[in-house]
Amino acid sequence: MSRKSKKQALAPLPSDVAIRVSDVTIRFNLASEKVDNLKEYIIKLLKRQLLFQEFLAVKDVSFEIKKGEAWALVGENGSGKSTLLKAISGILHPYKGSVQIQGSVAPLIELGAGFDANLTARENIYLNGTVLGHSKKFMDEHFDEIVDFAELEDFLDSPIKNFSSGMKARLGFSIATMVRPEILIVDEILAVGDYKFRQKCEQRMTEMLSGGTTLLYVSHDIHTVRKLCTHAVWLEKGNAKMVGDVKTVCDAYMGGR
Amino acid sequence: MAVFAMVKYLVKHTKGFLDYKDLLVQLVSRDLKLKYRRSVLGYLWSVLSPLMIMAVQVVVFQYMFQRPIPNFAVYLLSGQILFNYMNQSTHMAIRSILESASLIKKVYLPKYIFTFSKITSGLIDLIFSMAAMAVVIIVTGVGFSWHFLLFPLVLVQLFVFCLGLGLFLAQANVFFRDVQYIYTVITTGWLYLTPIFYDIEFLPEKLQTLVKWCNPMYYYVSQFRCMVLYHTLPEWEMVLAGCAAALLVLAVGAWSFVRRQHDFILYI
Repeated sequence: MSRKSKKQALAPLPSDVAIRVSDVTIRFNLASEKVDNLKEYIIKLLKRQLLFQEFLAVKDVSFEIKKGEAWALVGENGSGKSTLLKAISGILHPYKGSVQIQGSVAPLIELGAGFDANLTARENIYLNGTVLGHSKKFMDEHFDEIVDFAELEDFLDSPIKNFSSGMKARLGFSIATMVRPEILIVDEILAVGDYKFRQKCEQRMTEMLSGGTTLLYVSHDIHTVRKLCTHAVWLEKGNAKMVGDVKTVCDAYMGGR
Repeated sequence: MAVFAMVKYLVKHTKGFLDYKDLLVQLVSRDLKLKYRRSVLGYLWSVLSPLMIMAVQVVVFQYMFQRPIPNFAVYLLSGQILFNYMNQSTHMAIRSILESASLIKKVYLPKYIFTFSKITSGLIDLIFSMAAMAVVIIVTGVGFSWHFLLFPLVLVQLFVFCLGLGLFLAQANVFFRDVQYIYTVITTGWLYLTPIFYDIEFLPEKLQTLVKWCNPMYYYVSQFRCMVLYHTLPEWEMVLAGCAAALLVLAVGAWSFVRRQHDFILYI
């Protein structure tokens, strides 16, 4: 994934580093929809707040992830975890600072983000696969594997709007993890799956980890975090409150609440 | 140096584009599949619908004008399908970024691909409409000459023009949703200022000059009519003007799009 960076002169990453996040600040648009009267409208227009109101979702966060490590982002709702993941996946551009990536990234920000509700599961597998950057040929080769893992053979030709959210999540997860990416970015996505499928997903992630994949994981399920991850970042209101190994950070996070 | 940098930029982006060509195919086929899903006649509508609209208009307009235009059915349809393509594809393009918000927020993708796919699926629809064109040419006895085979030349110009316009509108609409409503008004005016169901000579002098200088659709429609109706080569001024307009609009569209694309996510 190549991206232009504002600062051209960034030091190249050492070969054992997968992700380097340096002083990242991410700006968000918090423009309010509520404008009651013309006076307010004009004032906001003049202050240039009508369409854009600045909000810093992540402030000066830095950390470095070595290849093969599994990191968790923990923190309360709205603390900037998903925003940071998006910056690392290249979806958002950091307002200040830089994100450097070495290796192929599979972002699982939301499963089945590219699904079109009116298309059938079969058509969606191809659409979603190409959204993730795979070729048609590659999808042909791996089609059966995806369907097997998702266990949706009987529903291949029904429109996906008739699927339950769990079924959609299964299909999305199978497509996204079909390749062995060097960096896997997982946002809280497995919450909708049933128990059996969650176990299957965890198993697949553990397999990937032992195969050398770098994992970046967001979850409120501290139990899974402790099981899967080696390091953690605790975000609070956009600031990195603590960066370190998973036990210390999780203990502090659980104790501090 | 500047030329070198530009070439490098283009090469880099062409490569990026080729990486996503399969996605483009998927997006276009999605548009086409969904357009006629659950209709009995399916793709046949792409041929039938311009034919039927043309039939209605031929009847209406032949009573309105004193000076009849020879071969009015072919004259009308040739203008109609080109203008319809421009109109429909840019109207789809204008919402292309907003519509794909869920994807753009969750996966890294080149954003122009969504606009590009809308303009492309419109083009495929237009090629279906060429079948309607052929039917009318045969039925009215206008007949074919080898000039007919030149029609892709017009389509390329028109495609580039629509792509540029679509990119410009799509990025503008992200920041100001008003654009899509104003644009509907503009295309209505545009339709009447394009010699589709009348001859340009019918217009008052001043309007004629305006159309000749400022309406690229006039260049494309005139070229197209030379090929399919008059069996002549298009005038070189028209070809030149058509190409220049297309490239200029593409340059402006692409520039405005690239400049603002990183901010899209903050506004969708």
